[in-house]
Amino acid sequence: MEHVAVWIAAFLTLGIISFLYKDNPWYKLSEAIFVGISAGYWFVVLFWDNIYGKFWVGVFPPDVVDEAGNFVSHGVPDYALIVGAVLGVLMLARLLPGVGWISRWPLAFIVGCTSGLYLMNYFSSNIMRQVQGTIIPLFGIGYGASVYEIIGNIVIVGGTFAGLVYFFFSKEHRGAFGATAKVGIWVIMITFGASFGYTVMSRMSLLIGRIDFLFGDWLGLIK
Amino acid sequence: MQQEQSIAFKTGMLSICLFILLGLLYLPPESVAQQESSVPPGTAIPDSIQLKPPIHIEVKDTPDDAGGSVTIRWEEQPVLENAVIQKYRILRASVENSVPGEFIFVGEATNRATVFSDGSTDDDSTYVYKVEAVYELKVDDTTVVTTTVQSSVSDEVSSSAQWFNFQRINVFVGVVLLSFFILYYIYQAQSGKKLFIRKIAGLEAVDEAVGRATEMGKKIFYIPGTQDMDNVQTIAGVTILGRVAEIAAQYDTWLEVPVSRSLVLVTAKEIVKEAYSKVGRPDAFREDQVHYLTDDQFGYAAGIDGMVVRERPATIFYMGAFYAESLILAETGNSIGAIQISGTAMPSQLPFFVAACDYTLIGEELFAASAYLSREPKLLGSLKGQDVGKALILISLLVGTILETFHIWQFSSLFKVIGE
Repeated sequence: MEHVAVWIAAFLTLGIISFLYKDNPWYKLSEAIFVGISAGYWFVVLFWDNIYGKFWVGVFPPDVVDEAGNFVSHGVPDYALIVGAVLGVLMLARLLPGVGWISRWPLAFIVGCTSGLYLMNYFSSNIMRQVQGTIIPLFGIGYGASVYEIIGNIVIVGGTFAGLVYFFFSKEHRGAFGATAKVGIWVIMITFGASFGYTVMSRMSLLIGRIDFLFGDWLGLIK
Repeated sequence: MQQEQSIAFKTGMLSICLFILLGLLYLPPESVAQQESSVPPGTAIPDSIQLKPPIHIEVKDTPDDAGGSVTIRWEEQPVLENAVIQKYRILRASVENSVPGEFIFVGEATNRATVFSDGSTDDDSTYVYKVEAVYELKVDDTTVVTTTVQSSVSDEVSSSAQWFNFQRINVFVGVVLLSFFILYYIYQAQSGKKLFIRKIAGLEAVDEAVGRATEMGKKIFYIPGTQDMDNVQTIAGVTILGRVAEIAAQYDTWLEVPVSRSLVLVTAKEIVKEAYSKVGRPDAFREDQVHYLTDDQFGYAAGIDGMVVRERPATIFYMGAFYAESLILAETGNSIGAIQISGTAMPSQLPFFVAACDYTLIGEELFAASAYLSREPKLLGSLKGQDVGKALILISLLVGTILETFHIWQFSSLFKVIGE
């Protein structure tokens, strides 16, 4: 059975890779299987994780037992989960003609909660910690930095400053302000270049993984 | 005879009790603690080694937390000759009716530690603690033994949650300041004050991109990323979708939105439907314009790639949060010659979009896009308020770097965020 599974996986892997040549029936078949099976897979995962794992087990918790399986106490139900379940059911209101507008309530709830909950987190991680990390003594602690470290420190502070100037929207990028913004976008682009190379290398490991599967698990050429 | 035995027994018991009581009175308070030993049988601990139990045990509810944690402190132990502390073991007992139950092990601290946080407490329970020092004794040149000495029992303590985390007051002040600027400029904008917003090339091209699709009689694809509605980038993406849908409806150009999340599906449908109604063309909206593919990241990418090469849209928008699928999508779109406008705040994916798309909204530009496209006073005011916040950050960077470079004051400590 495992042997058959490896052959099917190899067939579908080659089908997806065949897209590099051009769109073809083999790719279409692999794509349809991939999309269909993954959609079904995620439906099952989300059902067991959320509807059963969180809601059902939360509202109707099993009894607490000790290691020997003896009854210890009844589980404590979390009725707050019913609020979430009701909001989830309201989402289905859009299937009923005339009351579809009700499905906007849970959406508004989700978007509003997301904004509120993440406000503090984003502010602390994207602003506070970034600013704290950027404010550094240019010549090192006790003026003990080497020339390379000083250059590095100047690039960090100057690059962040110029990059931030680029993201000013309410002021025209002209004169000294515009020149600083231009330095900022250059810093950003150089960073992107370095990031591009780094990420391409990490993606190579994904390719190597598939090649390893084809030549190892499937063809047995790699031991 | 029986009476004599009873008297003898009682006298014996009384003597034992008196002996124990006298012993307890004689010992210093710290030594009330038990001394448990794992010394091998037959190994005598030299009299010269006087092991000290941890003293001055302080227990209190861990401040500024969400409950479920108690902090235990003890005094640093004096250094002894021939005996070193390996670690401290923390023991806890629940208290019911002022009587402590059985002590259980809840964690251990290194030999240099004088504080431990027990993060496994129940807010409804009361506890007492003991700290056990684990000593390693050098009995002679060849024999090393391990023994433990427990502190006295601590005071009773309960954990509780606090409404406000005072350790993060700086974050609160920052958020209040930023909110004030945003609200102030929203008020200004709504009062009729004109707020300037600079040209953003990627957004200037939106009209042109939709127009191109109209001229060519081809579709527009709009990809709102692979994340759910709890991601701010997805929210920004579907907001821009509203404006794109309005233009597409005006031009009578077919807009298709394949999505990978059920909540994004519902939200995107609502937004596109509303956009069509807003420009007076509700009849032109079709439910299948916005459709679900799969939650799977690469399944979604494979599905879109197939649609792109088969249907050859004239314009493709990528607006939202993307991961490794970004280059797969953008490169396929590039290969069919579509005009592509992307926008994301994922730093690792931006290089791919910059390389493969005609226009890219970088990070903050994605969030500014909705204000830029709609020119609504509320959004413009918000953008201006954020810019004032950025100006404050720039000033902080300058002032802080000068102060820290010349060792005048550690300015960066103002931005230190404690805890998660």
